[in-house]
Amino acid sequence: MTDPRDLLFSLFAVFTVACALGVVLNRNAVASALSLLLCLVGVAGLFALLDAFLLAVLMVFVYAGAVVALFLFIIMLLDVKGGERKPFGAATVVAGTLAVGLLTTGVLTVARAATPAKDAPQLVAQNFPKLKDYAELLFTQYLLPVQVVGFLLLIAMLGVIVLSKRHEGLEDIK
Amino acid sequence: MSTIAEYYFGLPLLLRMVLQGTAVILVLFPAAAACSMAERKISAWIQGRPGPNRTVAPFLAWIPGISILRNLGLFQLAADGGKFTFKEDPVPGHVNKFYFILAPIVSMIPALTTVAVVPLGAYISNGQLLPIILADVDVGLLAVFAVSSLGVYSIILAGWASNSKYPFLGSVRASAQLVSYELSMTLSVLPVFLWINAPGEHGTLNLFDVVQKQSGTGFAWDSVWFAAYMPVSAFIFLVALFAETNRQPFDMPESEADLVGGFHTEYGAFKWSLFFVAEYCHMIVGSGVFCLLFLGGWNPLPGLPLALLADWLGIAGVPLLTGLLGIGIFAGKVASFIFFFMWVRWTLPRFRYDQVMNIGWKKLLPLAIANLVFYALAIAVIQK
Repeated sequence: MTDPRDLLFSLFAVFTVACALGVVLNRNAVASALSLLLCLVGVAGLFALLDAFLLAVLMVFVYAGAVVALFLFIIMLLDVKGGERKPFGAATVVAGTLAVGLLTTGVLTVARAATPAKDAPQLVAQNFPKLKDYAELLFTQYLLPVQVVGFLLLIAMLGVIVLSKRHEGLEDIK
Repeated sequence: MSTIAEYYFGLPLLLRMVLQGTAVILVLFPAAAACSMAERKISAWIQGRPGPNRTVAPFLAWIPGISILRNLGLFQLAADGGKFTFKEDPVPGHVNKFYFILAPIVSMIPALTTVAVVPLGAYISNGQLLPIILADVDVGLLAVFAVSSLGVYSIILAGWASNSKYPFLGSVRASAQLVSYELSMTLSVLPVFLWINAPGEHGTLNLFDVVQKQSGTGFAWDSVWFAAYMPVSAFIFLVALFAETNRQPFDMPESEADLVGGFHTEYGAFKWSLFFVAEYCHMIVGSGVFCLLFLGGWNPLPGLPLALLADWLGIAGVPLLTGLLGIGIFAGKVASFIFFFMWVRWTLPRFRYDQVMNIGWKKLLPLAIANLVFYALAIAVIQK
């Protein structure tokens, strides 16, 4: 009998890829967004199989729970029919094939020459990375990157507010 | 007895997991249905009328004493279930059929999944208290939040697929409300976890460990439940819970006075009842989480933990009995909490939509942040 983990991995992997294809190939934007949702759930399942429960949960919490909901929201607000997409043009197909080829080459190269970076955190060595291990690293070794990313997000948020506001007479910008 | 146990533990792990999960769902689903009956009885009681008390199966009517069950409305529950199952289930012509049917199914998934990481009780084996839980993972409460945040999809889909104005308005309101209150809810529980994750202990978001920190004996520091230490957190969590479960006074998504029936206007029969059951499942699980976080979980009284009670009753050596005792106490707390939910629903009037948004963003969220900062400082001082 095979390890149930292998079986589950195959299931989740096929599921994820199928849903990812669904995102691209679906004509209906709502259907695409829902495929993206299922795809993210599949990725979360793969993380859970790697014992990375925190990543799995955050995947569902942030991306599936909030981001895709906003996608759906915007699709529905813009177009109640769900937004039919035009069929692919020749340029899109060429660009897509090129992108897939580059990505495959990249992944293969990394997989061949896979040596973990020297200063990579030794979370994998422990059997179950605890929540606290993540927290400690985020607040010590990776404090600066976290702050920078947070700051970037803040700038993006402010940018959206400034751009989406209608400026009549440009008085309210000041 | 022991042969059954041996046979059971001889089964493959995956099969056992499936069986356990099915068992929990088989309890949760009827419990949610029973809640709908309780709702009708309690609303009747609050409004000074008898409520459903006439339904009885004809072939049972001759049994003496059955009128007690009849007056409790027990048969009405079966009648309701039968009606929802066998009634014609029309699909209106103007809807987006696939998503219209998908929405009620999707509504059940988060409702029945969150329960996997919520401990349902505890038992004592070889002098050690262990949780009764489907998936004992470190991320605990975070997983509950994550999965329950998926509940918004069923409402968005239902409103959009119905392809008419009132359902769409209802679903837009619902999504905005769910997203707004999720924030305060998450912030309100942070002080609890700051407190239990003292420096030097292994970090956790597990709900079992939260209850363990409320299981002191006698007049100890840790025998007081967190609702007493952190009343503001408990209050914010409670209000957000009402909003997240779409209960009055926050039932904007279906406010029948201005939206006919909100997101489920176009639904009927079995599909509608699925939405309904999902709402009650959310309520049960939400009440359970509240009891675990702030009301001591399966501990009968502050200062009287489960282990001590089991000792007094002389059953501490029997894991099965202690488990049943733990589940019983926890279920009792959850049931009284659900009564509280219904009490509020039939007492308070509904908010207006702008009031809901104002409370969420301008009152609750700043309060939650202030509360977090206060407790972060206080806990840092105490635990130093």
